[in-house]
Amino acid sequence: MAKIIFITSDSEKIELEATSGSVMELAVQNGVQGIDGDCGGVCSCATCHVHVAPEHFAKTGPASEIEQDMLELDDDANEYSRLCCQIEVSEQLDGVVLHVAK
Amino acid sequence: MKRSEFADPFEQARNEQGIGKMQDQDDPVTMVLGLKDVRKCAHNWQTFQSGAKPGRIVVPSEVKIRDTRQIPFEVDPPEHGDYRAIVEPWFKRPLEDEYRAQLRAQIESLVDQVLTQDDVEVVGEFSLKLQSRALTLLLNTPYQESDVWIGWGTHVFRSEGEALDGDKASILYDYIDAQIERAAENPTDDLYSVLLNSEINGRKLSKEEVKGVMILTFAGGRDTVINAVTNSIAYFADHPQSLARLRDQPEITNRAVEELIRYFSPLTHMGRVVTEDTKVCPHGHDVKADSRISLCWASANRDAKTFENPNEVVLDRKVNPHVAFGFSHHNCLGATHARQIMHILLETLAAKVGSIDILNAKENIEDLDQFKRKVGFDSINVKFNPR
Repeated sequence: MAKIIFITSDSEKIELEATSGSVMELAVQNGVQGIDGDCGGVCSCATCHVHVAPEHFAKTGPASEIEQDMLELDDDANEYSRLCCQIEVSEQLDGVVLHVAK
Repeated sequence: MKRSEFADPFEQARNEQGIGKMQDQDDPVTMVLGLKDVRKCAHNWQTFQSGAKPGRIVVPSEVKIRDTRQIPFEVDPPEHGDYRAIVEPWFKRPLEDEYRAQLRAQIESLVDQVLTQDDVEVVGEFSLKLQSRALTLLLNTPYQESDVWIGWGTHVFRSEGEALDGDKASILYDYIDAQIERAAENPTDDLYSVLLNSEINGRKLSKEEVKGVMILTFAGGRDTVINAVTNSIAYFADHPQSLARLRDQPEITNRAVEELIRYFSPLTHMGRVVTEDTKVCPHGHDVKADSRISLCWASANRDAKTFENPNEVVLDRKVNPHVAFGFSHHNCLGATHARQIMHILLETLAAKVGSIDILNAKENIEDLDQFKRKVGFDSINVKFNPR
């Protein structure tokens, strides 16, 4: 079980728990504002963009090359950006704070 | 070669030049072919604009048959964003349970129907019907209206042997004008009425603007959906084991939808007008101000630099950053609707159909000058066999 904390662009804090699936799926199932996941998680739509809190970045690790290719054309992207459909839920994520980009 | 194999005609040009050239009504097009280059050009709306003369960013150009600006499609930021914000919530309705249930009922009924027939011409008797009926949900208009649209046939904008046909296009434009007048006099809760009542920057949308949204909705979702559905039927005819796999592993259905859409890329490319002398792609191809480029989604989706085994349908492809619905500001407004159609279609076929026999087929080959691309079928007759 991992606790994942989303902070939306309206500064709403949403704490969720999960054991499997992707972080995007967790967010969509719980209606986290700003995470749409239009493509269902295949890294095609870039509607699940989050900024990982820098102190938690080791928990998620950096974006893959394919994610980076998508993110480099997103004006809101920075070095802590991830497309959260590409982050699998695991114990390792426990306590991670994710700021929703949109 | 199997009927459902769609070759990649762009591979050599993509790898060697990064571009292709196409002539179109004396307004030539430089086709951008690589995935990264396509994405960059799509993102750079300042240099590669959509808000040109109406019809010009479409290939083949529609400037001779259309004056109405399609909205938000032929508008650039920041105005684009204002229009998009108006229509976006409406085009997300396919995510609602009620919408999905109605769409499922339509598709199940159609599949039940074709299972009773010995010979089904898929384009006209299946895909066109499915697309037209589903459109009544997107527009929130009466189901019976789909009979009118089915009656128009598969090509509202084209006639046999001609790329574009102004007389045929005017059937659609006149129909939309009449519907807008009807909605203005007797508003309902359909899309026409909702748009007529929408405000942008403190004023109501004009009838011309409403018409622009409606033309986009009809035109953007017709051939594209018909090709996606028809080509998927051909794929499952050639790969009955994939139907069985979707039955056994329904959790891969979403990936299968995205993969079929990548592989078939129902819209080959979309144009932009260049606003300044510049270069496309790092290889440095010069393009001149006021010339046209196109973003070739179909080529980008076979780019081996990103996709492993790009010319195979890998039904459970996990990472699939395709651009079949476009990319950046102008990504497909109807994508949510299209994805729901495909998702429910795949679930329904898996549940009800055991196999599909192709009886005969006539391919639809797009002539892009330098490239000939199979985009779908003019006709394909099949027999659906129940489980």
